[in-house]
Amino acid sequence: MQVEQHSQDQSLPAAGLETARPLNGRWRRLSARTEQMAGNVFILPAVLVVLFLSIFPLVVSLYLSLSRLKFVKGGFEINFVGLANYRKLLAGSEKTHFLGAMANPSPLGWLVFGVVVALMVWEMVRYVRSRRFSVMGLFWRSLAAVLFGLGVWLLVRTLSPGGRPGTMVVTWIYVFVGAAVQYALGLCLALLVTQHLPGRRFFRVVFLLPMMITPVGVAYMFRMLVDTDKGPFQPIWQALGLGLFSWVNDPWGARAAVVIGDIWQWTPFMFIVLLAALEGQSVELIEAALVDGANRWQVFWHITLPQILPVSTTLVLIRVIEAFKIIDLPNILTNGGPGTATESLTLQAFISWRTLDLGTSAAIAYMLLFVVTFVGISYVSLVRQRVAEVW
Amino acid sequence: MKSKLWTLVALFVVISTLAAQCAAPATVVVTKEVEKVVTQEVDKVVTKEVEKVVTKEVEVEKEVVVTPTPEAKPFEGVEVNILTFTGPQIAEPLQRRGPDFTELTGAKINVIVVPFNELYQKILTDLATGTNSFDAFVFAPQWMVDYIVPGYLEDLTDRVAADEALQWDDIAPFFRNFSATYEGRIYTIPLDGDFQMAYYRSDLLEQEGLAPPETWEDYLNIAKTFHGRDLNGDGDPDYGSCISKKRGAQAYWMVWSVAGAFLQSQGTSQGAFFDTETMEPLVNNEAFAAALDVYNETTKYGPPDELNLDVGDTRGLFTSGRCALSIDWGDIGTLAIDPETSVVQDKVGAVILPGSPRVLDRATGKLVDCDEATCPYATNGVNHAPYAAFGGWSGGINAAADPKVKDAAYAFFSYMSQPAQSNVDVTIGITGFNPYRISQFLNRQLWVEAGMSPEAASNYLGAIEESLNSPNMVLDLRIPQNQRYQQVVLDTALSQFLAGEITRDEAMQQIYDGWEEITEELGREDQLNAYLGTLGISK
Repeated sequence: MQVEQHSQDQSLPAAGLETARPLNGRWRRLSARTEQMAGNVFILPAVLVVLFLSIFPLVVSLYLSLSRLKFVKGGFEINFVGLANYRKLLAGSEKTHFLGAMANPSPLGWLVFGVVVALMVWEMVRYVRSRRFSVMGLFWRSLAAVLFGLGVWLLVRTLSPGGRPGTMVVTWIYVFVGAAVQYALGLCLALLVTQHLPGRRFFRVVFLLPMMITPVGVAYMFRMLVDTDKGPFQPIWQALGLGLFSWVNDPWGARAAVVIGDIWQWTPFMFIVLLAALEGQSVELIEAALVDGANRWQVFWHITLPQILPVSTTLVLIRVIEAFKIIDLPNILTNGGPGTATESLTLQAFISWRTLDLGTSAAIAYMLLFVVTFVGISYVSLVRQRVAEVW
Repeated sequence: MKSKLWTLVALFVVISTLAAQCAAPATVVVTKEVEKVVTQEVDKVVTKEVEKVVTKEVEVEKEVVVTPTPEAKPFEGVEVNILTFTGPQIAEPLQRRGPDFTELTGAKINVIVVPFNELYQKILTDLATGTNSFDAFVFAPQWMVDYIVPGYLEDLTDRVAADEALQWDDIAPFFRNFSATYEGRIYTIPLDGDFQMAYYRSDLLEQEGLAPPETWEDYLNIAKTFHGRDLNGDGDPDYGSCISKKRGAQAYWMVWSVAGAFLQSQGTSQGAFFDTETMEPLVNNEAFAAALDVYNETTKYGPPDELNLDVGDTRGLFTSGRCALSIDWGDIGTLAIDPETSVVQDKVGAVILPGSPRVLDRATGKLVDCDEATCPYATNGVNHAPYAAFGGWSGGINAAADPKVKDAAYAFFSYMSQPAQSNVDVTIGITGFNPYRISQFLNRQLWVEAGMSPEAASNYLGAIEESLNSPNMVLDLRIPQNQRYQQVVLDTALSQFLAGEITRDEAMQQIYDGWEEITEELGREDQLNAYLGTLGISK
């Protein structure tokens, strides 16, 4: 209020009324109002553009996910079907395709699930007892714990003997295995290049090359490499007596091929960013540690790693979000096959879209959005706390 | 203070601009201005067009009067955009003959290609959204119901009736009636004739003293005999049977080539996909289970990456001498005589699809032995059911295209189908076109000239003719949204089954449930009537 009054006072001379005739209350209110509205009016075009380009498609695709497209005379109809598309994915004819075939968990599965639940309960108890406790905090943590528990349960059941992972779990495998290996490899390569080895400038360029190639090109290249009948490894394959065997005909072999292709392409991304982080770290700290008699491992673990941690967390987040959208590699490398073994969520949505099942396609896309958002938010809140603790 | 003043002034300007756009009198003024401008432009355009038209008329009259020539190009300046699938087959002859057609008529032919598994929806979305970027399409005639019912395809009946050069009656009745016609009207021009057959290496079978496969059991035995042996002399082990089993390609036709003989024995009108009373899918019974077992067993004797092979790959393997057997359309016959790519010239035999001595009893869902009642069309106690898979690539025209373009597109399809062109194209392997005209079957000289020995020509054409004339031919599915039944549900379940992701029984249940879901969604009664209609049964 004080600010407003101040601005009103200021507005008198600003209006150029030097005659000192007092303004009536109405004009003053109008002036104040326009002052308030000015910001909104100026920002309106930008908001409209954002709404039109971003929110509008999001809302339309949400509506599409609740409807079914039908071609009729002279055009098409979009009929509202409620949650039928989601029901089809989670409980209907697409359930085994989307979530996978469930089996009774193996003893190892039970063990993993038990450990995860125990860890979550322990974390929850710790939170309740801590000084940071709040009701909303507990609510969000419980929600996250339930969803995470469901995810682990799905993993355990579909990966147990007799089960089969659906596109959801296959995507998780691509994302988490891919990102972890890419980070580890990228870090190793970056550390190597920071050493004063001969030819490191050359390798810096070479290591970057895979990232420059279009994913479609990478997919075709790997398709050629894994072809044991006509590909470049054919003579080796024949010499080993494996001429009548192809490893991409096996579901896990094919998934491995996709993950290897993805790792090959995206390790350079990790490498280049981590290299920048490593080269940007403060040398004084390392020198001081060396003077204090720290060995290389101690320097890496206690000095280097904490220094590159903030960059690493952002890097992994970007890569994970990006990896959830993987489509080119499985689409070209294996066409989603054998069977549906290498289909990712985006590829499943794409195939549904290609067969004009726009409703299911949009529903899959929304499920993916939900999963990515959940993983992103959980990761950020989890990591922010840890990074803060380190620092 | 100044800034406040400027803020107020700016705000006033923005508000007055917005108000000016919303206020009624201002709109009228703007509209009037626009209208004026538009009218003037239209006047100009119209005048220009009139001038053009007048000039053209005068020119034409002069030409006609002074130098009457039969070589006047009727479609000068017309461009026809034709959509089909990524070749080389099918697209190749269209691209190759396009310039010849331009030379003759002046119309320019642009062939646009998309991957096979995107063709159906590319056509449908282009038509349904009114984009109309394509004037004509070369596609699977079994999809045409989805394009005709909403009124997207041009009715060609009158054009065909007035077109003597097309020699419509020379086209075999099956392709005229099934591939080209829907509810008595003609919508497509056949460019290709499709039947699946079994191919075998005649030299190998002769060496082993084996007869061509008569039943699927024979097929498996022959495949087993040759699998792992070097069949082309390069020292590497080769394969007993090569069948395209790639997902999103042609696998779902191959399985019905096997299943047909188990599912249909009472003649074409019995149908091989659904029960003609209840529209229940014929996939949850002993017969389909037996077919899936055969189909799965062929994988054991196939190339290691057979699940990733499309027909282009299997054809390449067969003509490079690496396979003893294959299931395919007529293409292998003509590809095998190409001296540039084939090492099996005159070593290839074709035979009607193998049959089964046991067939489905629809009342019980069990397999029963063939006798006179259960298999009235059996040969030597074996029920054959040749599968008219796909039906043959055909050309259809976008009803929304410009009339002149429609005429040019029709003229091009007619040109492609006329015996002068098609009788040559069907003998060239790369075209992907297989015989569909009576003259192509009768005139064996064509085939001898193309490089086949007279015996090979008789064998090849005999296998197609036997399939074409079979009273127990299996018609491909042509009900609304057949693409969803086959290319989505069947293809997915099949690929999962072949990859070992699901068991045979799970695959059957999955196909059954998926098909029932679509039937329920589209209306059981409507789908049943459509199905009966395609089988020539009226309720």
